[in-house]
Amino acid sequence: MRLNFASDKPIYLQLAEAIEDDILKGIFEENGQVASTTELAVSLRINPATAGKGLNLLVDEGILFKKRGVGMFVAVGAREMILQKRKETFYQDYVMKLLDEASKINIPIEEVIAMIERGRVS
Amino acid sequence: MSTIEIKGICKRYGSTLALDNVDLTLEPNRIYGLLGRNGADKTTLLNLITNKIFPTQGEIVIDGANVLENDQALSKIFYMMEASLYPSSLRVKEAFRWSKEFYPDFDMNYALNLSEKFGLNMNKRVKELSTGYGSIMKAIIALASNASIVIFDEPVLGLDANHREMFYRELVASYSLRPKTIIISTHLIEEISEVLEEVIIIKDGRIILKQPVEDLLSQAYTVSGEAAQVERFIEGKRCVSGETLGKFRAVTVMECLQNTDRALARELELDLSGVELQKLFISLTNS
Repeated sequence: MRLNFASDKPIYLQLAEAIEDDILKGIFEENGQVASTTELAVSLRINPATAGKGLNLLVDEGILFKKRGVGMFVAVGAREMILQKRKETFYQDYVMKLLDEASKINIPIEEVIAMIERGRVS
Repeated sequence: MSTIEIKGICKRYGSTLALDNVDLTLEPNRIYGLLGRNGADKTTLLNLITNKIFPTQGEIVIDGANVLENDQALSKIFYMMEASLYPSSLRVKEAFRWSKEFYPDFDMNYALNLSEKFGLNMNKRVKELSTGYGSIMKAIIALASNASIVIFDEPVLGLDANHREMFYRELVASYSLRPKTIIISTHLIEEISEVLEEVIIIKDGRIILKQPVEDLLSQAYTVSGEAAQVERFIEGKRCVSGETLGKFRAVTVMECLQNTDRALARELELDLSGVELQKLFISLTNS
C-alpha cells in the first residue's frame, strides 16, 4: 500500500482507496480482517487520527465493519460495492481527464477512439 | 490527558518583544507541529511552557494549574531541548536511570529496546556521542518518558534519513499505544506533515495560524498557466504568493476550491493543484 503525500487528494481518502484496491485485488478477503488503525498509521507514517478517518469512511459505506475488541473486517458484498462505486467515478476520473488532455494537445476525438480500439486488442 | 492553556503571553527581552500577546489552547492527545522560521521565537514559547523562563505578562496553565514554579504541573511535561543539559561525563544508561527518577512512568525496557534499534551504545558517555546520536539519546528518553505532554525541539537534528524515518514511526507507534499531547518544533516540515494533526505557525512573535493540517490543505490550492489568464482567475481571491516564469504564472490561493472555480479554470485553460504544507508555510512566512 502506497500513498502519495504530494497529491492534492486528502490522505484519508487515499488510504480508503488503497484499502479498496487491496480488497479488489483479493489481498483483503471478504470476512477477513484488515490492518488496524495503529498498524496502518505506523507503517504509512501518518497520524493515527487520519488512518482512523480513512477506515471509518469505509465503515460508514458498509465496506468494512467493526468487531468490538477484535478489529476491522471486510463486509460480505464489499467487492461488489466498490466496483459499483468505481464505475460511477470512472467517467469523471478517467474519461473527462482523457478528453481534456486530448483537447489540450489537439488530438481529435476520432483518433482518441481509434487509440482505445488499438489498446483493446493489444 | 493534559490541556495547555496559554493566555495573553508576552515576553520582552530589553526593548525587543519576543512574544506578543500569544493565546493558544492545546487539547489533550494530539500531535501539534510548531512551525516558524529561524528566530521566530518557537523555543522561547516552549521555554515558557516548561517554566525555564518567565513571561513578562500573561500565564500558562496546565490542567487548571499555573506552571509558574509548580513542580506538580511541570512533572507532566517532558521537554526534549535542542541544547543538551545532561552532564557530559554521564553514560547513556545512567541518563536513562536518571530519567526514571524524574519520570516514574519512564519505560526502561522500551528505552533499551529503542537503543538497540537505533544502534545507540549505552556505555558511551554523553560527550562522546555524535550530534546525531546525541539527538537520538534525547529522543529515546522523550519517547520512553510516558509524560502526558512531550515536547520535541528539533528532534531530528543531525539524524540521517534512515534514523529520521525510524523516529517518525516510533513516534506514531508510541503515540498510538499511549496517547499524549505532543508538540514538535521542526524545520523539516515536508517529512513530518503527515504525522501532525494540527499546525501552529509563529511569525514575528505572534501566532499567525493554528489549524488542523487537513483543513488547512483543503483550503488552499495553486492555479497556474498563462499569466494573463491566471490574473483573470485570481481576481477578487485571497492569494498568498506567486511566481512568474516568462509568460507562465503560478499563484497559491487561500480559499476552498469551488466547482465554479474548476469550471473557470477549464475555460481559461489553467491547471489546478493541491499545495503541500511546506510550500504553504513558505508562502505564509515569507517577508
